[in-house]
Amino acid sequence: MAIVIIDGQEIEVGDDERLNGIQAAKRAGVDIPHYCWHPGLSVVASCRMCLVESGTRDPASGKITMVPKLVPACQTPARANTVFVTNSEKVQQARAMVEEDLLIRHPVDCPICDKAGECYLQDYHFEHGQKERRADIKPFTSRRRSLGPTITLFVDRCVMCTRCVRFTREATGTNELMVIHRGAHEEIDIFPGYPLENKLSGNVADLCPVGALGDKDFLYEQRVWFMKKHAGVCSRCSTGCSIYTEENQDRIYRIKPRENPHVNKWWICDEGRYGWKHVHAAERNTEPQRLEGDDYVNADWSTTPALLDKQLRDADNLAVVLSPFLTVEEAYLLAKYARRVNKHATIALGFVPVVGEDETYPNGFTIRAEKCPNRRGVEEVASRMNGGLVAWDDFLARAEAGEFDAVWITGAYPEPWHDEATAQRLAEVPLLIVQDLLPSPLWSIATWRLPSAAYAERDGSFVNHADRLQSFQWAIRPPAGVMVEGRLYWRLLGEKGLYNARSAMLEVANEINYFAPAHHEPPPLGIDLKTSQLASTV
Amino acid sequence: MKSQDPAIRWVDEPKLGLAGKMYLPLFLQGLTVTTKHLVSPKVTVSYPDQEPQIDNPLIYRGVHRLNKDAQGRVKCVACFLCATACPAHCIDIVGVESPWPDREKYPESFTIDELRCIFCGMCEEACPVDAIELTSLYNLTGRSREEMVFDKEKLLSVYEATKDAEPMASVRHGLPTPSSEGTGAPQSAAPPQASPVLQGDVHTHSH
Repeated sequence: MAIVIIDGQEIEVGDDERLNGIQAAKRAGVDIPHYCWHPGLSVVASCRMCLVESGTRDPASGKITMVPKLVPACQTPARANTVFVTNSEKVQQARAMVEEDLLIRHPVDCPICDKAGECYLQDYHFEHGQKERRADIKPFTSRRRSLGPTITLFVDRCVMCTRCVRFTREATGTNELMVIHRGAHEEIDIFPGYPLENKLSGNVADLCPVGALGDKDFLYEQRVWFMKKHAGVCSRCSTGCSIYTEENQDRIYRIKPRENPHVNKWWICDEGRYGWKHVHAAERNTEPQRLEGDDYVNADWSTTPALLDKQLRDADNLAVVLSPFLTVEEAYLLAKYARRVNKHATIALGFVPVVGEDETYPNGFTIRAEKCPNRRGVEEVASRMNGGLVAWDDFLARAEAGEFDAVWITGAYPEPWHDEATAQRLAEVPLLIVQDLLPSPLWSIATWRLPSAAYAERDGSFVNHADRLQSFQWAIRPPAGVMVEGRLYWRLLGEKGLYNARSAMLEVANEINYFAPAHHEPPPLGIDLKTSQLASTV
Repeated sequence: MKSQDPAIRWVDEPKLGLAGKMYLPLFLQGLTVTTKHLVSPKVTVSYPDQEPQIDNPLIYRGVHRLNKDAQGRVKCVACFLCATACPAHCIDIVGVESPWPDREKYPESFTIDELRCIFCGMCEEACPVDAIELTSLYNLTGRSREEMVFDKEKLLSVYEATKDAEPMASVRHGLPTPSSEGTGAPQSAAPPQASPVLQGDVHTHSH
């Protein structure tokens, strides 16, 4: 353990932690303002906002020797006996000067800037800027140019921190962005004909500490202070990135990455970032319906569970298909219900969408080919509850052979997932319950059509490809007419009160060994089911 | 503001004498006010036979208007600060990219529910570009709720009806405003409309 002194406060730093001044100060509860430094990128120390006084303490005599000049905290390692002073007048003056310099060429168009409200330049100016301006600054309209299909650049709002440039060099390795011109004329730009076009491009808008890089998808959609942030888990691939869903009045406006060192660090891919459009799709199923004669009639949620229950009990051979888009809790509740109404019910794992191959970027970020969030979790539930795994293809073959007279298929796929031919293989099933998000061939031949919830509307847990279980709560309420799966299964089981994902998870943890670590409330970053198991068997 | 802020002056409660403890000075003060009003000229008017005199229409808080810039375009930049400040949530804006080269964003639609409005004037306070202002038009009636939801065109027409009698704050103070500057060719957002456009719903009064 090494001792580092921040503003007279001694903190302990591990020997192999290799923290810089900003990180060490954060540990002491001191925020050092910074633009260019980001924990996921290399250090350039170019913005000069994190200038602090630094020195060393002689461990023997306790005498402190300070460096005469200010040093950038981001570039100064917090070694043993390093002293940082972050609140002296000299430091405050330096910060005010940096702020003043940045504002000389800034358009000050905060009222129309999408970053306003979460802008470092605004925040730091209130905290560290000068009360009065010495320069005669008039607001003006920033020049603007497109950098690629997702990002637009407001040239004059930029503070030249070069985070975005370093991101394309170090994180994606695609090198689209660069700095052109020199000195006060420096600008971010692309080489003509080579736009910013990679699957992580949306991250540069998050990285930008000011309003220079705008997300075209979110541009002028909503002021940031109107939105509420909900911690969630991305459902678009089996990486299971930690995200924030930002919504206003049950409408999602954007998805932002949530820092999680075990999964996605600070990033998310564009597939996940813009992969919420299906939630508000106009063609979404929002009405439960049942086949009467040749026509579909709208079903009523107050009577549907009882009717379903009766029909399922009458069936001799029941099969339920658990979609990898269900949460662990929902999959378990449905499997438990199926086993209750029919002791020999078959529990199968639903279709697992795989598109292309895993793509790994130089910074280790991987976009998985498996485009579903919870194959691992549902697979464990299905194979445990069934006593052996029945995959989608096996199930289809058995259903086609006429083995089942009642089938419940859960979907919730954000994209079309089967073709007409697949649906026809199930056409002979007398009782076909289809629960899906979007209309599909199966939906059109179902006996019961139950609309399913989108990922942002669920409560529960996903298990990602690396056996990390992450729990989350709903971010938005489903459209009228949609009953979230968990709630429906809860009612079918006759459980008391409202659907409670946590108590369902406790039951899963008791029942299935794989989920045993989830006995304890999982932390926001999730728990690794595999390492916990290894630790418990040793 | 933090409680340790040097700008805060902390004062102690004054020590009261015997007269003060018996409320005598305050009692006399109150009586003086009452007597003054007894003998001073009446301020109430018998509306609607008689129209009230508004002392300073520039600070009166009546119907809203949306101001236009020098080129006749709506001045609003769709920053949502008025909607944010509004305690009655009566302002609804749809902001989109502007069609003009010198402006970044403008309101595609801008509606104020005048029935919901409490005429507090916070929107005017919040506006960074002097685009929304309250006029001295106070006689506001309608035959349906929908009629009382004023859209952008109607709010702009209130500006046309009142701009001469009540010039914009920026014009009064001779201030340049960001939205009225720029190099773009004169383009008209909304053609100037003949006033009065409020069709008898709002009656202008004579000052």
